[in-house]
Amino acid sequence: MGEASATGPDTAGARPDPVDAGDGVVVTRALTKRYRGGQLAVDGLDLTVPAGSVFGFLGPNGSGKTTTIRMLMGLIEPTSGTAHVLGRPMPRSARAVLPRVGALIEGPAPYGFLSGRDNLLRYDAADPTADPRTRRARVAAALDRVGLTAAAGKKAKAYSLGMKQRLGLAAALLRPRRLLVLDEPTNGLDPQGMREIRTLVRELASDGTTVFLSSHLLDEIEQVCTHAAVMARGRLITQGAVADLAAGARGRLVVTTPDTGDAARVLKEQGVADVVVAEDRVTGEVPGRDLAEVNAALVTAGVRVRGLGVERASLEDAFVALTGEGFDVAG
Amino acid sequence: MSRAEASSRAEASSRAQASARAEETRRANPLWTLGLFRSELLTTFRRWRTLALLGVLAAVPVLVGVAVKIETGDGSTAGGPGGGGPAFISQITNNGLFLVFTALAATLPFFLPMAVGVVAGDALAGEANAGTLRYLLVAPAGRSRLLLTKYATVLAFCLAATLVVAVSALAVGALLFPLGDLTTISGTRIGFGEGLVRALLIALVVAASLTGVAALGLFVSTLTNSGIAAMATTVGLLTTVQILDQIPQLSALHPYFFSHYWLSFADLMREPVHWEGLTRNLGLQALYAAVFGSAAWARFTTKDITA
Ligand SMILES: Nc1ncnc2c1ncn2[C@@H]1O[C@H](COP(=O)(O)OP(=O)(O)OP(=O)(O)O)[C@@H](O)[C@H]1O
Ligand SMILES: [Mg+2]
Repeated sequence: MGEASATGPDTAGARPDPVDAGDGVVVTRALTKRYRGGQLAVDGLDLTVPAGSVFGFLGPNGSGKTTTIRMLMGLIEPTSGTAHVLGRPMPRSARAVLPRVGALIEGPAPYGFLSGRDNLLRYDAADPTADPRTRRARVAAALDRVGLTAAAGKKAKAYSLGMKQRLGLAAALLRPRRLLVLDEPTNGLDPQGMREIRTLVRELASDGTTVFLSSHLLDEIEQVCTHAAVMARGRLITQGAVADLAAGARGRLVVTTPDTGDAARVLKEQGVADVVVAEDRVTGEVPGRDLAEVNAALVTAGVRVRGLGVERASLEDAFVALTGEGFDVAG
Repeated sequence: MSRAEASSRAEASSRAQASARAEETRRANPLWTLGLFRSELLTTFRRWRTLALLGVLAAVPVLVGVAVKIETGDGSTAGGPGGGGPAFISQITNNGLFLVFTALAATLPFFLPMAVGVVAGDALAGEANAGTLRYLLVAPAGRSRLLLTKYATVLAFCLAATLVVAVSALAVGALLFPLGDLTTISGTRIGFGEGLVRALLIALVVAASLTGVAALGLFVSTLTNSGIAAMATTVGLLTTVQILDQIPQLSALHPYFFSHYWLSFADLMREPVHWEGLTRNLGLQALYAAVFGSAAWARFTTKDITA
């Protein structure tokens, strides 16, 4: 899984790159934001988003996800530290970087008195690098992509939350982007809508767009993301490939048997560490050797095996293991 | 995630690099940059609030015209030569064109600047309030460009509002009263055509008189995320200045109040035209625009957009 991250977007690029090679589409170093009220919202964040990844940015409410995204988009100035997007420093290079970035930040915000189509026309007109000759066609395509064509002429104030969310996504998709930043994109969507967003994200990723997706829904991240970072109380807890993160919470070997005592002894003999017996289940760390041999050893020792397998840890387990706490709001 | 998928992702990302290089030419086209101004104009003039303000402004000349018509229906002239009514009111019955001057004199002290204060105060704070500001900025509109566009749009509104008053007054004047040659304040006679030109000039000067309030309102608009608060503050400031301008003890400050020379536009109806008050007024407006425009720029380009 590391391959995709090995090639940064700019390592082969034509223009000089101010950041070290091997970096990602988004790179932050010691990024910190303290709001004027004194609230430390983001604390020394070192984030690297590999090119071509679907990057899940995970954390409970108030953990600093939106604050980070605002800094990446140049909306707020970091208190200290640096943020590079597409290899350029933010917020300084906002006007060069942002035309190639689509963003949905903290919920959609349409002009209620304009139709969905007119909203997109306005946001597109705000981009001085967007060609007005193709504007109508691009707006129509974006509306079509999020399934809003039928409601395009309706005033946005008459949209449901899910429709507004789709409109916000359409605005992010007005042009081909290198990076999409989606802050809780499935908020307010029905299950069908959520599935559609996931499909859309996969589609975009397969076109080569890097997707940076914040969420507090663990299973959402697990379903679409290749990489993830976990935030808690403004600090980065971990980041990496989703598979590695879940593995980091150590999937466990599980043997279901009525003969738990014998099973535990055999497993230890077979080199399985951290063997725990609970009711009719014996669990332990997954050994390096072939599980078939472990099974054969159990059977040879007369242990009646009902089931043997590896239970993969979920991202939620990983989260709990990493933070040592539940998925709660920090004060 | 399988290895095959991973390598397809890697391919995808190298494709992204290729298309990214093709995109390096994404440059801001100077002409396209005006698209935001066009969009801003459309957006502003499609708000019902803007239309309501223009509607009220259009109604003022109608009210004045009808009142004058009713009052003079019995043959007497409205207001004596030394009457306390707004400028030019006594002349309306002789020439409908004077309704233009009367209506502008009646709306300039309060209605016009209030309307401008509402539009300017809401310009950025309203967008922040609605959350649309962050999307304009990530589009990216560019902070200086957005601020300039907003100011240009408010100035366009100043002109539109003034013209609405003038055109409505001209229409009502033509409908209710005779038109023809007119007498200037200096007592000379000028033809109707020249009168119309003077009326247009006066409308332009009145519109220019509002540029100071427009800059002030825009500055206030950068200070808050509440459109209502910004509108109220701007209109409040406007009223305060108007009141202070009437207090004799503050006469030393009066020349610095943006409204102090507003009514100098009447000097355009003299023969020859008295330029002193007019140039002082325009100079003062330029000063306000420069000071509050810079303040707005300093604030808006460094502000954290958290709304
Ligand atoms: N404008 C602000 N002024 C002061 N403090 C703020 C501001 N915005 C956010 N905060 C604080 O910063 C912290 C991080 O907030 P942020 O919005 O980044 O969290 P989040 O991870 O996006 O949460 P959620 O999942 O609820 O969207 C919170 O403690 C919040 O109270
Ligand atoms: Mg958030």
